[in-house]
Amino acid sequence: MDLSVINPILLLAALMSAATPILLAATGELVVERAGVLNLGVEGMMIVGAIAGFIVAVNTGSPALGFIGAAAGGAVLSLLFVFLTQVALANQVASGLGLTLFGLGLSALMGQSYVGVKPPRMADLDLGPLSDIPVLGRILFSHDAMVYIGLLIVLGVWAGLKFTRAGLVLRAVGENHDAAHALGYKVKRIRTLAILFGGACAGMGGAYISLIRVPQWTEGMTAGVGWIALALVVFASWKPWRVLLGAYLFGGITQLQLNLQGAGVAIPVEYLAMSPYIVTIIVLVILSADKSRAPGSLGRIFHASH
Amino acid sequence: MTALLDLSGVTKAYPGVVANDHVSLTIQPGEVHALLGENGAGKSTLVKMIYGLVKPDAGQMSLNGAGYAPADPRAARAAGIGMVFQHFSLFDALTVAENIALGMENAPPMRQLAAQIKAVSETYGLPLAPHRLVGDLSAGERQRVEIIRCLLQEPKLLIMDEPTSVLTPQEVDILFKTLRKLSAEGTAILYISHKLEEIRSLCDAATILRLGKVVGHCIPRDTSAADMAEMMVGSALKPPQKAAGPVGDVLLELRGLSLPPASAFGMPLRDISVSVRAGEVLGIGGVAGNGQDELLSALSGEAQVPAATVFLKGADVGRLGPNARRAAGLLTAPEERLGHAAAPDMSLTENAMLTGAARQGLERNGLLNWGAARSFANQIIADFDVRTPGPGNAARSLSGGNLQKFVIGREILQRPEVLVVNQPTWGVDASAAAAIRQALLDLAEHGAAVIVISQDLDELMEISDNFAALNEGRLSAVRPAAGLTVAEIGQMMGGAHGMEVAHV
Repeated sequence: MDLSVINPILLLAALMSAATPILLAATGELVVERAGVLNLGVEGMMIVGAIAGFIVAVNTGSPALGFIGAAAGGAVLSLLFVFLTQVALANQVASGLGLTLFGLGLSALMGQSYVGVKPPRMADLDLGPLSDIPVLGRILFSHDAMVYIGLLIVLGVWAGLKFTRAGLVLRAVGENHDAAHALGYKVKRIRTLAILFGGACAGMGGAYISLIRVPQWTEGMTAGVGWIALALVVFASWKPWRVLLGAYLFGGITQLQLNLQGAGVAIPVEYLAMSPYIVTIIVLVILSADKSRAPGSLGRIFHASH
Repeated sequence: MTALLDLSGVTKAYPGVVANDHVSLTIQPGEVHALLGENGAGKSTLVKMIYGLVKPDAGQMSLNGAGYAPADPRAARAAGIGMVFQHFSLFDALTVAENIALGMENAPPMRQLAAQIKAVSETYGLPLAPHRLVGDLSAGERQRVEIIRCLLQEPKLLIMDEPTSVLTPQEVDILFKTLRKLSAEGTAILYISHKLEEIRSLCDAATILRLGKVVGHCIPRDTSAADMAEMMVGSALKPPQKAAGPVGDVLLELRGLSLPPASAFGMPLRDISVSVRAGEVLGIGGVAGNGQDELLSALSGEAQVPAATVFLKGADVGRLGPNARRAAGLLTAPEERLGHAAAPDMSLTENAMLTGAARQGLERNGLLNWGAARSFANQIIADFDVRTPGPGNAARSLSGGNLQKFVIGREILQRPEVLVVNQPTWGVDASAAAAIRQALLDLAEHGAAVIVISQDLDELMEISDNFAALNEGRLSAVRPAAGLTVAEIGQMMGGAHGMEVAHV
């Protein structure tokens, strides 16, 4: 065992990158759930985003266009969920599970001719002198643009929910859709927009895996990250900053345990592999012991009746 | 002077029922106009059309002489119409200020809005803290949130749907002072209620609806309550007859029952001690949300209560579950008909089986006797005049009043020794309500102990031998119902919850 092979600076730097797919997907799902919709199709939207982004990036040679394509792919798939739950008033749990299964199959079909292809690399963002700061520059300011875009989305979602009228209306719709309808708000339209946003975020999160983390396409490569994102939203009590904390915690411990495995620590690999899940859940459960609770209308079907 | 609002020939039909049939109505500026009618008479549909939630099929509406056809509630609010809903349209997890901002077209920044809320609430004697969570407020305070939300828009017409059903008598007085002040300032009020004495003391004019049609107009001050009731119902009502039967042994006793709240916005029960004797009807009043649901679930066995707090005929049943308590003779009928008292998508036979299995012998060795359950359901339908094509119909398909008769009848026919009912006539029309009350009295006369939890004080005074009130999860001392004054009852219910009178 040789712990000196673990470089703490590289570990912290890798944490931000490792957390980004979960962070993007969970933030999108947070908005969806705050609007009162439970979309269990995150995993499916991520994998479709991963292949859609991969195809666009490979064919255009531009990773940036790839991420836009991934957002579009995730959003288009979420339209199916919109149709099922907001138009046909189908059960949200069943529709979400169906969306995930459908997304996994669809992505495998789309990606058949892309196995083994290498996507164009996304360059790190040049932040000039910031990257030259010792230690901090390496940890915080030497990443690709998507890491910062993910953070900006969290910031935007937090500020949007807290300070803007649109955010207030969205929370109201999620809290009590009947009352929001009685006040004249368009419940279905607001929920549709929230679901599309969630789909776009999940798609980008998926593409971050296929274009940056593991730059290649493999079937089922999101490997359950969508489910973790879903759990994270609940354990984070539907609060954006706690989602960020949870995602970083999860990403950080994932990196740490990989490093520990590499260093040959005398703990069975299985225990190391389960550690990110356990630590993240324990921390967020302790945090969520306050009075916060789920949006009042979460998962309930809205049917305008009068 | 042109009328503020004029409706002529307004009609709205739903599949199978005409909710409003050529309704005409005129409201003058500053007038307090009552809309009277039984449940299902079409009052709610009519005001929903005025508020833009429903579009009429035919007929004209005009506001200040100009045509008025609001596309949605926002258009109605922009035209100067505000509405305070019967079931509050509030968001528990949001603050008072956020709730109010949601009901405004151009809400100012939060800080400025908070100041406006304070100013308006002080002018009208309705104190409110803008940053409190609505989920933590009492029913009276929640109503203030709705009223202030409307007042901030300076409405010309304020619609109030059954505003006093959740208030203590003292809170009703304060509300009426506020409404009179508004009316004196020129705001018209459309006041929906079926409480006739309130209408007589508050309203300048009344329109009476029955089965979707206008059946009369009157000046409430000059019309007796009995005459108005007769116009509403279409026939004279027979009040329930109470026989002063002998009171027997104590059947149910609570000793120092305390229970923590089940949810974040629930109410704990605090040290409740009370006993009920055979042949006695105990009425428990109180404003909604003061522990009624919690008390019922502690008695039914749905909530786990500590040992040695609930005694049935001297035996400790505190640790027993609902089925064991039913078998021992303690039966309950909760308030929420669909989803709590009855399973909405199951047939009446299945619903009869659900609570009747043990006492009616509908189940043997784990096998269900559907034939017996069906005849039990048929017996309930016949004895309690439940209007339905048959016991095979889903509970959801019955109207509220009919389902209520079924739910109460199902418990009464099981010959309970102690029956606890919560809001037995909520949302039930007057004649069905009278039948349910009579059935409860008959049950007591035959030696059962009956506990009636209700927010309808008139009902409690009509049928109770003794009266107590729930306030903040505590039960007041039990007093004989005969001779209690409204002021005394109000004090037992907790007075005015810190409200002050409008500074007129």
